[in-house]
Amino acid sequence: MKTEKFPLAISAQAITRPGIPRANSTQAWVWTVALVAAIAMPWLFYNYTTHRHSGFVVSMLSQMGMMSVLALSYNMLLGQAGLFSLCHATFFGIGGYATIHFLNLAGDGSFPLPLELIPILSGLAGLGLAIVFGYMATKQRATAFAMITLGIGELMTTAALMFHHFFGGEGGVNSNRMIGHSLFGFKYGPAIQVYYLIVAWTVISALAMLFLTRTPLGRMANASRDNFERVQFMGYDPRIVRFLQFALSGFFAGIGGGLYAITYEIVTFDALAAPLSANALLMAYIGGTAAFGGPILGAVLITLLQSGVSLMSNSWLVYVGVLFISMVIFAPNGIMGLVQAHGPIVRAGRFGRLLVPYVRVIVPGLVMMAGFVGMVELASFLTIGAAQGKTLVLFGSKIDVHAVLPWLAALICLAGGTLWFGVEARSFRRVWDGLMGDLKSQRSAA
Amino acid sequence: MTETALSLRNVGKSFGQMRIIRDVSLDIKKGERHAIIGPNGAGKTTLFNLISGRFRLSSGEILLNDTRVDGMPPHKINRMGLSRSFQITSIFQRMSVFENLRCALLWSMGYRYSFWTPLWMQRPLNDRTHAMLAELNLTSRADTPAGLLSYADQRALEIGMTIAGGASVILLDEPTAGMSNTETDNAVELIRRVSTGKTLVMVEHDMKVVFGLADVITVLVYGQVIASGPPQAVRANPAVQEAYLGALAA
Repeated sequence: MKTEKFPLAISAQAITRPGIPRANSTQAWVWTVALVAAIAMPWLFYNYTTHRHSGFVVSMLSQMGMMSVLALSYNMLLGQAGLFSLCHATFFGIGGYATIHFLNLAGDGSFPLPLELIPILSGLAGLGLAIVFGYMATKQRATAFAMITLGIGELMTTAALMFHHFFGGEGGVNSNRMIGHSLFGFKYGPAIQVYYLIVAWTVISALAMLFLTRTPLGRMANASRDNFERVQFMGYDPRIVRFLQFALSGFFAGIGGGLYAITYEIVTFDALAAPLSANALLMAYIGGTAAFGGPILGAVLITLLQSGVSLMSNSWLVYVGVLFISMVIFAPNGIMGLVQAHGPIVRAGRFGRLLVPYVRVIVPGLVMMAGFVGMVELASFLTIGAAQGKTLVLFGSKIDVHAVLPWLAALICLAGGTLWFGVEARSFRRVWDGLMGDLKSQRSAA
Repeated sequence: MTETALSLRNVGKSFGQMRIIRDVSLDIKKGERHAIIGPNGAGKTTLFNLISGRFRLSSGEILLNDTRVDGMPPHKINRMGLSRSFQITSIFQRMSVFENLRCALLWSMGYRYSFWTPLWMQRPLNDRTHAMLAELNLTSRADTPAGLLSYADQRALEIGMTIAGGASVILLDEPTAGMSNTETDNAVELIRRVSTGKTLVMVEHDMKVVFGLADVITVLVYGQVIASGPPQAVRANPAVQEAYLGALAA
């Protein structure tokens, strides 16, 4: 049997409905909840005495929106076309820079476009640059493609520092989003108004990208991901498929960059540099490249880590790194892959059987994590923390990072937790395999 | 007079110093079922790779319906009406069976690289895909990712994808390799059905399949044609018996 080669996570996602896309009721439900949550979230943190929104929450939510667009557009390459790009921020960034210039033109009246429509121009800027660079990069695929995109990313970072007129050098370029032109009469002074503009454009972009997956080009992109050679013997030039897919993904990345520029009113070369390209990859991968919504999940999670955990810890990047490595090794289909793998079990009504085994792995997992976090934080307070004059405070009591006891406790948690987790993980595996085996034999009996 | 569908003229292919195909000339008539046989390493698959544009020729020329196609990329040759299957199953593993077949139909139905056409609304396309599923006996597996199909079903899908685009010349590379007897019989039946009215060229090792299907057999040994003709004549040819069918005759 060839079945082992395909983990269930893949099989679940890969199924594209024949003919009419039957909107799976669970999926529709999840999408609706997500949208309602996105709309309602700022009001959960609204301060009704001062009548102010939480600046932190609105800013974080806005970030989640634009990062979702970036991650989804990145997944048009990685997940849908099997193209491993290392320069995706280039198109996000160019969208951002162009938007700043459009805002300036709109603001001084020489180009009076309503703010709501400016992201279209941002997208066109991304598209234009993606056509130029895509022409070069998509001549190749696989490793050669990745290397060309790495070069493109570096080239653009350098260009951003060289051409002051457009990119503004180190300081970047800035503008004012209150250009006085709006379709609906909004001023877009308050961040909450911009947030809802971001929600709208995120929804529009996501729907457009979902639509694209169900067109001839979208399907042929999937096909050339799976087997680029066969595509040629069906009349298609896989190079053109790659090129068009690349260009369109640049368009949506540009929209993301436009939202970024409107939100922050300043764009520096950070918006097109390699770390952001890497972030796009992280978000798409951790969320799950195989499912359409995966990258959104990744964008939300990474943004939470970025804005939430980074406030609490100097070492938050360590945690993102460890999360990424664990995902690559243990859950190559991302969080969505993990969720979808449970599909058959849930549908068979057997999920209850997993509850106790789950508790049994989660408890040692938490101990192991606590040990790891303890070690990292102790080390970080010993070095960076000391330099910043901070002290480690845990449950209200100061912890002396030079003492032996905290280190010993963390080490015991880490080592003991890991051993314990290993044992429980193996027994979880047996329960899981048993359930899967039952389901399979039931299906073949039916 | 019957026309020639595919014509090879003094075709040669070398990899470095190795001459894999030596001066092969072959005319395949329209509507013919033509089998290419020969021992392992005779260059049969290489010949397919040359015809379909996967490899470039070292010498000679190839004509498809009287138009030169050597030097063209595979997708252009395909658009001119030639389609091929692969010895190693070459399907889209992560896509459903339905999507595999629909993708194979897209170009011939004029969709090109459209990114504005909603596929789910294309009635004729979807109906044709369903009809092909039925013809291949794969209707019940429509939603299954192709990589999870049984081997025989994957081979059937491979053949289906090869003929889906409506090509007039079909190249099948060992369509029954690795199949059981029953599976082979089913595959032969399928090939016979779907190749009606088309020109079929196949590489095959199973002599039962070859003599059951082919109108003309060409024997390739060390990159050279040593015999070509109707099955009975080829079977009786002493050179063929010596080089290839020896074991069978004995």
